[in-house]
Amino acid sequence: MSDTAMGGTAVSDTAEFAPARAALDQDWRKVVKHGLVLGLALVFISLTGMPEGLNSRVIIEPWLSMGYLSLMWLPFAIGFAVTHEQVLEGMVQHKRGARELVAGAVVGLIGGLCLSLLVYLLDTRDLSDPLVNWNQPLLDFLTRDGSVADGVVLWLVASTTLGLFAGLMRIVPTLASRIVRAVLLTVVGAAAVEALINDLSEEFKLEGVVEWLYHPRGGLEPAGAIALAIVAAVFVLWLGRQLKKGSAVYYSARETQPHAVNAVSVLVVGTAAIVLPIFLGRLTNDLLVNVGLFVLLALGLNIVVGLAGILDLGYVAFYAVGGYTIAILTSPTSPWISPTLPFWLAIFIVVGMATLAGLFIGAPVIRMRGDYLAIVTLGFGEIIRLTVRSDWASGLTGGAQGMLSIPGPDVNIGGWTLPGIGWTFPKLEIDLMGTNPQHILYVVMFFVAVAIYVSWRLENSRIGRAWMAVREDESVAEAMGINTVTAKLQAFVVGAILASFAGAVFAAKVGTIFESSFKILVSIVILVIVIVGGMGRITGVIAGAFVLVGILGGPNQPGLMAEFSEYKLLIYGALLVWMMLKRPEGLIPNVRRSRELHQDEFLQDAWLRGEVDRDEAEGSGEVAPA
Amino acid sequence: MSGERLLDIKSLSVQFGGLNALNDLDFHVDKGEIVSVIGPNGAGKTTFFNMISGMVRPTSGDIVYRGESLLGLDPNQVTARGIARTFQNVRLFANMTILENVMVAQHCRTKVGVFGSLLNTPSFRREEEEIREYGKKVLGFFGSRLVGYRLEQTASVLSYANRRRLEIARAMATKPEILLLDEPVAGMNPKETEELTGLIGKLRSEWGFTIVMIEHDMKVVRDVSDRVVVLDHGETIAQGSYDKVSSDAGVIEAYLGRPIEGNAS
Repeated sequence: MSDTAMGGTAVSDTAEFAPARAALDQDWRKVVKHGLVLGLALVFISLTGMPEGLNSRVIIEPWLSMGYLSLMWLPFAIGFAVTHEQVLEGMVQHKRGARELVAGAVVGLIGGLCLSLLVYLLDTRDLSDPLVNWNQPLLDFLTRDGSVADGVVLWLVASTTLGLFAGLMRIVPTLASRIVRAVLLTVVGAAAVEALINDLSEEFKLEGVVEWLYHPRGGLEPAGAIALAIVAAVFVLWLGRQLKKGSAVYYSARETQPHAVNAVSVLVVGTAAIVLPIFLGRLTNDLLVNVGLFVLLALGLNIVVGLAGILDLGYVAFYAVGGYTIAILTSPTSPWISPTLPFWLAIFIVVGMATLAGLFIGAPVIRMRGDYLAIVTLGFGEIIRLTVRSDWASGLTGGAQGMLSIPGPDVNIGGWTLPGIGWTFPKLEIDLMGTNPQHILYVVMFFVAVAIYVSWRLENSRIGRAWMAVREDESVAEAMGINTVTAKLQAFVVGAILASFAGAVFAAKVGTIFESSFKILVSIVILVIVIVGGMGRITGVIAGAFVLVGILGGPNQPGLMAEFSEYKLLIYGALLVWMMLKRPEGLIPNVRRSRELHQDEFLQDAWLRGEVDRDEAEGSGEVAPA
Repeated sequence: MSGERLLDIKSLSVQFGGLNALNDLDFHVDKGEIVSVIGPNGAGKTTFFNMISGMVRPTSGDIVYRGESLLGLDPNQVTARGIARTFQNVRLFANMTILENVMVAQHCRTKVGVFGSLLNTPSFRREEEEIREYGKKVLGFFGSRLVGYRLEQTASVLSYANRRRLEIARAMATKPEILLLDEPVAGMNPKETEELTGLIGKLRSEWGFTIVMIEHDMKVVRDVSDRVVVLDHGETIAQGSYDKVSSDAGVIEAYLGRPIEGNAS
């Protein structure tokens, strides 16, 4: 708690003033630094116009909107960060208490002061020339339509309280902080998925519950919010423990009978995938199709970047190849040739075209390494799009006008008669016409399943090992007998084929195709999904796609939080920076990559557990160099 | 020493800018030999290995392996023809498991491609099993150090000596005819060195490898080599048996420098 190395005379002093001393025994530089960061962040976010823009989205009617939440989570988050303390082996840990509260509150106070200053300046100065959001609506938002003094008091009190609250979270028992976290997440989450729940309730005839829970103008009713909070708390208290037991059973079963567990999980997930879309409304299905397309793209890029270590920034090129191939082959209005093939036949030609494109782009760039390769692929991604748009190619691709009336992937099989017995196969005809998101969802899930299977099989094969070796050390891989050019081309082509599937389904889903859907931003978003999700890990990549495309929205699609779409690039960027600093291995990391990035810590842990081997001979104290 | 001629290197030179890293070098290895290449630092020993394994192209000269020139081949093609190497500054695939390290080295000896892996064909499964078994066999050569629970650990947790052992195992897994060992005992303590010296002998007697070795530890060189080649400034200054080479005046001068006039003993 306090300095134990103090002289004997100071002991009584220490005992008497212990709480006060502990509270003030701060790393003040750190606290002030965090406070200023908080202040800057609050001012910056206010001036981006995001809180005002999000104000229309209500969380709890009429108390809290997404706009206020977009500012208020910050004092809490930074207050929580400043009270974080690294636990070091063999060091005396200080007892948690008043110190955390003071640190959190001071950080909040500094942040609140900065925002109050902004409120004051908004009122007295006019800086609207460089800062477009320096206007009356922002002032009204920050003061809740009151006077300047109201705003100052509001933010000083709110920010300090939230910082204090964050400090409090550090000193209360784990269970309590877990409950608080669960309650907050449930309430905000329930408000965020309101559209989804509305969509679902129509199918399940639960409109009554939904009407009670949500306000007609959007947002939770206060009573509904309280009810949800209680449910969440109960869940943590009681169900959480059951869940822990259940997962323990699952993990031990996975250890002993991996095949059986795998089979059962595939069966469960498969059944859910087949049954769920029937109950989901149009909106949810549409959202899931968008997410599915990006899962498909990200799985493909994961093979290229995550496994083989080729940083491809022009991945969108193959997405475009798939889309345009299917458009030319199936659309009756395609300008040059229009064979109007059925989707499922055309998809084979798409595979062929993607392979050619993969080889064509891959061959020149694959001999480069690292940064050079990234830049060149970036160029190729744009070249493909600009070629498609050019007058030269417009006779084939429709140029900037694009192509229209692309039919959907109809299922039209059966009806054949067996010669001899005269028995006819039942005819299965499903007309999709690319408009019904529920049917398209099945098509997307089919291709996602293919992509997962491909990733899983290849990762644990001769080819996958060669890719990993190339990623680890290209020269050594070559010296060990791996033809690195072939290995990298294989990765490139497999990735290209998966992306072309996504392109084909995208074209069939939308029914039209324009070059503007294949901008460089798509490549970046796919890469961000792979990085945020966890490079080299299938579940991680899927999680990344759900979080980014599902919640925030993809490059051209709105997500669950449609209000965010204007600011999603800002959020992507912030998320990416934060991930790189704090969790470079991604949300659900690949064990290998996580080791790679935390080599030192990992080695230290392994050493403590006695797993790192020391050279066995006497006299050699040498251990593995990090 | 009377085996057939495996590797024949004729007047090999390489220049990096104005530096003659190797100068008109002649060298040969017969089947079943253990040849040591020694020389002071900067003598061109590792460049010599890099050139045989195709990582550096010679400026002039020829490298003939079993009657076929290796010039212009990529490193993977050289390895496929039967020459495998280790690296002086241990370069394992640190984030792959120990077993994977030796499995991936059998790449050029196996052939199942993308489709075989995707369809999980019987030949894929058989080959995968063979790769795994051979990998374990190679690792078993070093006793119990690299097998058992170790198989699934990443190479990064290994001790320095075990990393060196795994490097040798990885080179063995490519099923070569000639093993190029670049300082196999560097950084090992005397006991480990003694053990590895014995193993190098076994690499020839039990596994049938022909070995070319760069080594600084003269005791190892003396114990295992049939023939010693001494390089200095990219040129061969002596070759022959250890005893002959170790008493050669030119070699002593290359290592220790010229005796000061009047102070020579």
